[in-house]
Amino acid sequence: MLGGAATAAVMLFKSSYGKMIHAGIPESVLQSADPTKTIGPPPGETGTRSAFEHVVKKPSDISSRTPLQDLYGIITPSDRHYERHHAGVPAIDPHKYELLIHGMVNKPMVFTLADLKRFPSVSRICFLECSGNFRNSKETLTPQEICGLTSQSEWTGVMLSTLFRETGVQPKASWFLAEGGDAAIMTRSIPVKKAWDDAMIVYAQNGEAIRPEQGYPARLLLPGWEGNTSVKWLRRLELSDQPYMTREETSKYTYAVKDRIRQFSFEMDARSIITFPAFPQQVAKGWIEIRGIAWSGWGKIVKVEVSTDAGKTWQAARLQEPVLDKAHTGFRYLWQWNGDTTEIMSRAIDETGYTQPSLQQLVNARGTDMGGYHMNPITAWVIQRDGKVLFKPEKWK
Amino acid sequence: MQVNIKTYILYSYMLCMSCKHNSNSTVVLQDTANWPAAFGFGRPATQAEIAKLDIDVRPDGKGLPPGAGDAATGKTIYMAKCAACHGIGAEPMDVKLPGPALMNDNAGADRNKLKTIGNYWPYATTIFDYVRRTMPYNAPGTLTDNEVYSLTAYILNANNIITAQTAMNAASLPKVTMPAKKLFVPDNRHAGPEIR
Ligand code: HEC
Repeated sequence: MLGGAATAAVMLFKSSYGKMIHAGIPESVLQSADPTKTIGPPPGETGTRSAFEHVVKKPSDISSRTPLQDLYGIITPSDRHYERHHAGVPAIDPHKYELLIHGMVNKPMVFTLADLKRFPSVSRICFLECSGNFRNSKETLTPQEICGLTSQSEWTGVMLSTLFRETGVQPKASWFLAEGGDAAIMTRSIPVKKAWDDAMIVYAQNGEAIRPEQGYPARLLLPGWEGNTSVKWLRRLELSDQPYMTREETSKYTYAVKDRIRQFSFEMDARSIITFPAFPQQVAKGWIEIRGIAWSGWGKIVKVEVSTDAGKTWQAARLQEPVLDKAHTGFRYLWQWNGDTTEIMSRAIDETGYTQPSLQQLVNARGTDMGGYHMNPITAWVIQRDGKVLFKPEKWK
Repeated sequence: MQVNIKTYILYSYMLCMSCKHNSNSTVVLQDTANWPAAFGFGRPATQAEIAKLDIDVRPDGKGLPPGAGDAATGKTIYMAKCAACHGIGAEPMDVKLPGPALMNDNAGADRNKLKTIGNYWPYATTIFDYVRRTMPYNAPGTLTDNEVYSLTAYILNANNIITAQTAMNAASLPKVTMPAKKLFVPDNRHAGPEIR
């Protein structure tokens, strides 16, 4: 019997082990087999995820959300990074890729991907977040469904200021247009100041080339700013003395504030969410480590406060190192649940002194017509007597 | 030796005074310290390759191509190439179309709550820029400049912003004033505790 199984495994290596490695080992095989009695697949060219793990993004027609509740640490696996695109994912040949910089520059220039990689190469960890990252329709929402349009990577590329030094920027240039090479030919106008601050053109993500969904072979990266401005599949930058008023900065990515419409709203305000315990988990009485992430587009997180009594009192959570500029930051708070119904919630505080608001505070500041973009209210979870955790939606209209 | 160390400490101290962000971390050599004025990577862009990609249109009309169009021609093109996804502005509120509504004035008060070009877009030039770059959604980049001028005229006329007789071209389009323009204000949030 044992001999038969071993022979089968050897046969497998000889015939099609390449295929096995890519597919991973089917769960059925894992469940039936005693791993100490079967030789597994040999080393391969790419790794696999365990067949027991089913951590996936949640796609809609226009976006795909990161499973925040299933992640550990602060780096989002590249293939679980959220997606938002306006005309699908383009296939761009890196050998044909070029970035054109022109307009109010001294020297209009073209850079190939190889050119970009020759410049001093900088890496930084920061989050990206779509400014439409907010759902609150019902109790049965997971962290992924509420705010899964945020993810974090280590990005590598060239500082945009390095390229602007190369082309020269005319003193009167105050904006630049960033344009993508997808079928939407996505465009946004960006103040030149961001280029001198911390903007990058990145070609790598978490140690490898950027994934097609994230802008392969190169994208703009504007740390802390609404995701749409970090134009993917970047093909062109044009320097100008005024914004272009593209569709994505007029019809979209603008929002009602009292009787006005707010435009060019770039920085993502501080936000946090408890990712454990959260819907659809069920917890038991006793010790619970409340866990979550906090982030701010204005700088570092300096503090996260947690309430376990529906917002009556707040305690400081422990911040998990590393605590980085404009980056998802882990927090943890040890709590002993006595089994009574309660609400738990967290609020982020950043280095500018901003404290994540309640929904009511946002309504007070923006009026009841607010919505759509830049919503960062405190997220509360209800823990029922049976240990079931439900999201607490709040209505404001 | 003694002097050297003292000088070094003094030097580091002075460096720290000037670097606001890292005042309590160790002094690092500034990345750009020994950079050349230019690396010389990349190549000059030719006028032809710039012209090929430079398709953007600004509110002041910069970037608008020669050509012209009118609402009547635009309506014919719209019915053939756009209406299937965007409707004609007379659909009941519960009809779900693949594309967003572009007009809001033809089906009563309810429809006027929709955010459309007529009541939400601050600049008419954006219609030309956007439609030329990416519509129709299923065949982006297939319209001629004259077709885009005509479609722009039709959409503006259907939203009661211009008359059916007003032709759209590089001179007239930037002059169209959109009703919603006065509502737009730049972001007034800033770093700090205030919730805005
Ligand atoms: C196959 C369906 C389809 C067709 C055909 C189509 N569109 Fe669209 N259109 C869309 C979709 C989907 C969007 C939204 C895209 C997005 O949000 O990125 C859109 C967006 C737009 C917008 C922006 C609307 C807004 O409120 O921001 C305009 C303007 C527009 N289309 C004009 C046109 C015109 C003019 C035509 C005909 C030449 C056309 N479309 C044909 C599907 C279509």
